[in-house]
Amino acid sequence: MQIYVCVKHVPDSAANIHMIDNRNIDDSVPFLMNPYDEHAVTEAAALKKQIPDSEIIAVCLGKKDAESTLRSALAMGADRGVLVETDDMCDSMTTARVLHAAIIRDGGADIILTGKESIDSEGMQTQFRIGALFDFPVVTNAASLEITNGKARVGCELAGGRTRTYELTLPCVIGAGRGLNTPIYPTFPDVVKSRKKPIETVARSQLNVSDAPGSAKIISMTPLVQKRNPRKIIGTPAEQAAEIIRILRQEAKVLS
Amino acid sequence: MKQAGIVIEMENGRVKETSLGMITLAGRTADSLTAMVMSGITDDITDHLSEYGVHTIVDLSLPDAPEIRRNPAVQATAVVHAARELKLDRILGLSSPEGKDLLPRVAALLDAPLIMDCVDADLKTGTATTSQYSGKMMAKIQLTGEILMFGVRPNAVLPESKPVPAKTIAMTMDAVVPENIILLSRDEADTEGRQSLAEADIIIAGGRGLKNKDNFSLIFDCAEKLNAAPAASRVAVDEGWVPYAFQVGQTGEKVSPQVYIACGISGSIQHFAGMKTAKMIIAVNKDENTAMMANCDYQVQGDLFAILPEIMRQL
Repeated sequence: MQIYVCVKHVPDSAANIHMIDNRNIDDSVPFLMNPYDEHAVTEAAALKKQIPDSEIIAVCLGKKDAESTLRSALAMGADRGVLVETDDMCDSMTTARVLHAAIIRDGGADIILTGKESIDSEGMQTQFRIGALFDFPVVTNAASLEITNGKARVGCELAGGRTRTYELTLPCVIGAGRGLNTPIYPTFPDVVKSRKKPIETVARSQLNVSDAPGSAKIISMTPLVQKRNPRKIIGTPAEQAAEIIRILRQEAKVLS
Repeated sequence: MKQAGIVIEMENGRVKETSLGMITLAGRTADSLTAMVMSGITDDITDHLSEYGVHTIVDLSLPDAPEIRRNPAVQATAVVHAARELKLDRILGLSSPEGKDLLPRVAALLDAPLIMDCVDADLKTGTATTSQYSGKMMAKIQLTGEILMFGVRPNAVLPESKPVPAKTIAMTMDAVVPENIILLSRDEADTEGRQSLAEADIIIAGGRGLKNKDNFSLIFDCAEKLNAAPAASRVAVDEGWVPYAFQVGQTGEKVSPQVYIACGISGSIQHFAGMKTAKMIIAVNKDENTAMMANCDYQVQGDLFAILPEIMRQL
């Protein structure tokens, strides 16, 4: 089985983000693989164990630095990587077109895995656009995946513990959620071995990608800081509880 | 002329408050509002929608069989069909759990740009305001294209009454039932009587301070009494005290309730990323020197194991 995993190189979730002008962030913070994509790579590695003779190809669209995210994917079990290099920030319509073209150029996919969203642009849609371009079925926020006889049975999480179970015909696209698995933490030998695995770099201009009929472009960005001035609620627990109830009723008006 | 189509979500046969808020947001900049309803139209629904400014109500006429009607791939083809028939050039839906599985499908089929989780949108200029970098930034985004799509964060705008006369139309289409994606089942059992995180007015969340799984039931009990949604920090999820679906934060749910009550949560940067747009934050913690206590509206220094039972007793 040819398993493609789309990964994104994003700022570390623990990093403080600062702006350099009103549109761009200071990108000197550490960048890592998008956390949801780690679940996608981990699931790919599990599928390969289950279905021998599978190959896992990690594909990434990004700057030269994004190679380190592909290296992480290789250390977690991917066999090789493809970096489509660009210095541009691409919206999801363009990203999906590029990833689609890169996968076609590389071969054919039996399954495409990716994270349900990226933690930087929070678009939640690239998996669906890739699916539409291939005409493959798509599910998102997958929490379980089982493949038998060319069908994928996928449990997807909605909020509040609700689930939906789907049966997809392969090839298909799966958006991985946090419930899917526990990400592989590569051992030192895994990391050493991954250094020998190949990463092919393709310039975005080398792929024949047509322009999207629309776009989404950031025109300005501001840090979301909400300075709050805490007021203390003091007294015995009973007095504190009474004051909380009063605030919910009279100030927030959320309690009758 | 900006013709906005709004995907309506229902709950127990009624239009959700959060859908009404989205109508109010769209009405500020659109020339006409069309509500797309998936569950059939009653007089109550028509009255309710027209009271908030909807001009046209469309019954998407989905098949009755629940596995077909509820399959988001089927719903997406119905929305796309309506958008094309009615020449809609703006499509809005909620960035709710259901919306996150529906709107991107519609956008992909239409090959139209979509911004999810908008807190504001101008349908005339085609701009949207949304969070980026996991809630650390607010970005203004310009969309271009023939049809522009907006996923609106629940509770971002409160509904305002604006009565207009409304007409209803039924779509006649043969729903395309895809063979390559079949909805086998939907489990709703867990949600009975429980508020959804994204749409709750009050959220009461527990963190490390709850200490163990048994104690965490205090959060659930208190949530029930307050008619609030229970939630958790990542620590509580990683420790296995509650399922992942309850997690608020960077890699969990992003919420904007009227009131967020944080109990025993220190307030990591990742947790704030998921809840800092709450209108009011009440922090309950033993330790005064936490980020949550420093960045809240009401600071309640004390023992949550004494205060929460008191709240339940007094209600």
